[in-house]
Amino acid sequence: MAKRTLDKQGRPVVAVTGMGVVTSLGVGKTDNWAALTAGRSGIHRITRFPTEGLRTTIAGTVDTLKIDEPFCAPNLSFELARLAAVEAVEQCGLGSPGDFPGQLFMAVPPVEVEWPQKALMANAGGNGDLTYTEVLKGAATGRFAAFHELFLFGAVADRISDIFGAKGSPISLSTACSSGATAIQLGVEAIRRGETPAALCIGTDGSVHAEALIRFSLLSALSTQNDPPEGAAKPFSKNRDGFVMGEGAGALVLEDFDHAVARGAKILGVLAGCGEMGDGFHRTRSSPDGKPIIGAIRAALDDAGLQPGQIDTINAHGTSTPENDKMEAMGCQAVFGEKVPPITSNKSMVGHTLTAAGAVEAVFSLLSIVHGRIPPTINYNVPDPLIPVDVVGNAPRDARVTSVLSNSFGFGGQNTCLVMTAEPV
Amino acid sequence: MSPRDVLITGIGIVTSLGEGIEPHVAALSGVTQRVDRETFAPYAVHAAVPVELDRHIPKKSDQRQMEPWQRYGTYAAGAALEDAGLKGNAELLARMHLIVACGGGERDYAVDGAILTGMRDAPRPEVYLNERLMSDIRPTLFLAQLSNLLAGNISIVHGVIGGSRTFMGEEQAGVDAIRIAGARIQSGQNDLFLVGGATNAERADHILTYEMGGAVWRDPSVPVLDRKGGGFVPGSAAVFLVLESRQHAEARGARPIARLGPVLAERSRRKPGDVRSILTAMLEQAGPAASVISGNTGFAEPSSEEAEALAGLPGAPRVVMAGDMIGHSVEGQFAYGVALAAGAIAAGKLPGPTAVTSVGYHRGEGVVKVEAA
Repeated sequence: MAKRTLDKQGRPVVAVTGMGVVTSLGVGKTDNWAALTAGRSGIHRITRFPTEGLRTTIAGTVDTLKIDEPFCAPNLSFELARLAAVEAVEQCGLGSPGDFPGQLFMAVPPVEVEWPQKALMANAGGNGDLTYTEVLKGAATGRFAAFHELFLFGAVADRISDIFGAKGSPISLSTACSSGATAIQLGVEAIRRGETPAALCIGTDGSVHAEALIRFSLLSALSTQNDPPEGAAKPFSKNRDGFVMGEGAGALVLEDFDHAVARGAKILGVLAGCGEMGDGFHRTRSSPDGKPIIGAIRAALDDAGLQPGQIDTINAHGTSTPENDKMEAMGCQAVFGEKVPPITSNKSMVGHTLTAAGAVEAVFSLLSIVHGRIPPTINYNVPDPLIPVDVVGNAPRDARVTSVLSNSFGFGGQNTCLVMTAEPV
Repeated sequence: MSPRDVLITGIGIVTSLGEGIEPHVAALSGVTQRVDRETFAPYAVHAAVPVELDRHIPKKSDQRQMEPWQRYGTYAAGAALEDAGLKGNAELLARMHLIVACGGGERDYAVDGAILTGMRDAPRPEVYLNERLMSDIRPTLFLAQLSNLLAGNISIVHGVIGGSRTFMGEEQAGVDAIRIAGARIQSGQNDLFLVGGATNAERADHILTYEMGGAVWRDPSVPVLDRKGGGFVPGSAAVFLVLESRQHAEARGARPIARLGPVLAERSRRKPGDVRSILTAMLEQAGPAASVISGNTGFAEPSSEEAEALAGLPGAPRVVMAGDMIGHSVEGQFAYGVALAAGAIAAGKLPGPTAVTSVGYHRGEGVVKVEAA
């Protein structure tokens, strides 16, 4: 038997052999990378629904796709995931169409019955004052059976699993804004344990509808600088005032390194380390001492077997909220000391793709390695003196990139960091 | 015996039958269902017993930030930690990992009803919706609805901060939660996990999800297997387990309740016969069982196929239908089956090993073997 390629902890090395991405910048790696490195924003005025009465009227929605009826978050999230997965699976060349020889790990936004569907059922159930009694009466007619599967939590992953023929029990998961990174982490772990030779890891989010936007708005999490839309997301800037919701999907095919080499696959990069740490401080704010962020970054570096000085660039969570960017920079300074590597936030252009962000940004991180170029953080015109780090502001930076740290931090204190490298560590 | 054996060292439960493992083990000798037939008539639900929240969620400010599904879950998580002798042990809790299986949280029913009524006659329903939502929903309600915020609350209230993830996807979320926790312990990645799920069935929006698919059965007095595939009666359940490597449990002198085998999980395409054959294969792989806790939901063909697979088991083991005890709690049901098996084996009330099954009403199949520690 050929000698196994193992990491410093004696575990199988996990390669990336396929990637796909969809955002408001376009469908596919080529369009996204061109826009991202040109500093072009995908954030625009919302046209999907009326924005009268709303404080925030902009988002990085994906409006160009053909979506199954009825238009709703699960159907859009499905199509985003499908397109990203098609690109990733085609690139990896593994298996055959409809027969992907690995497990599926899927970050999906939580679902619930949306207003148009709820109204249809309520109006079918009665005509006086409407309550859930009428909604249930409408549902009991059996006329709305098509809505049932649509609004099940596992439905998007199920449909993807059927199309690609993934093996085993597909996992639908959420760790809020770090969900995409968690999907990747689960895939890495399954391959390291030898449970599967490959994993399809997807983060998807197509949930910009009125109520979703209003919920974040009521928590004062969103930017209200609507004009111009492309100027709203300003990670690390002093005048940042919140995040901008975005939509998209990222898909990675992870594969046992030796398995990939044996079949002559092109190795796009290595998923070298995953780290996580919970935060028990507050539901929406991070621990003031930064311990959970610091802990998650250190855990990812340890898992990869790298020292801080070996990281070439940081793909930040960088949401553009006053809280996140300050805490993230503080965490990075604590780990990296005086030499925080060049840091950038893709969210300045694609917005915060929420459930998808960790996966979308992992794809962009790996593209930085492939192309030797760090995409800029646009709108970086008023640096925040309290964030004295090297932000790759406004223009892309060419650099030899052999390792990237990608951060994801979520509401509810769920922090996940990934380390990606060009070669096995 | 191996140092990487996965042991159950703590159980926390709240269901309609009571709090803690004891009333559930006692119900194996004869169950008196606790059902609420009025609140959601014509639907019945197995309603959770009231609990003294202050015991495991001491701060009122925390209680106020949660809706009932999170309170039940956070409470049961605290009970499991206490049962394992871990509550307040900051050092161990800081490296304990967490996997929660759940759906989402409660709506504001009054607000939703008023909006649905107003939208019907509004000249521009979408604009009306914007206005009402902006002014009528509580800003923090979102945090009580987000799926991952049950895990968030457990971290905040109990200090479980090693890392957490939330699995969604109905019954299979519960199966995969225990599968992944067990695999991480068995492989040596972690020593200590809190894993489980929580469902509040006393919700019109919860009933709605399954009623759209015609899966809700209205009469809990009819046993699951006599419903001819007619459906399940929703049940509230919050169940958490402390899972621990044998090595870790022994080193800290923890009392092992039972040992958990590897969780087997599949997702068949649900063609006729699929559930029967996949379950038969998984039960065989799990090894001989002297008793079974079945997660049969009572819905559609898979219900009878599961029963056929169990009827084919060698040795005619006793089969306990969890759905006849607490109704069907979807994401929490598999953890309930595992907890019941562990408690019953430890109390000598069921012969071990015990196989626990899950056949999702819509998708997903799972089996695990629980045996004496």
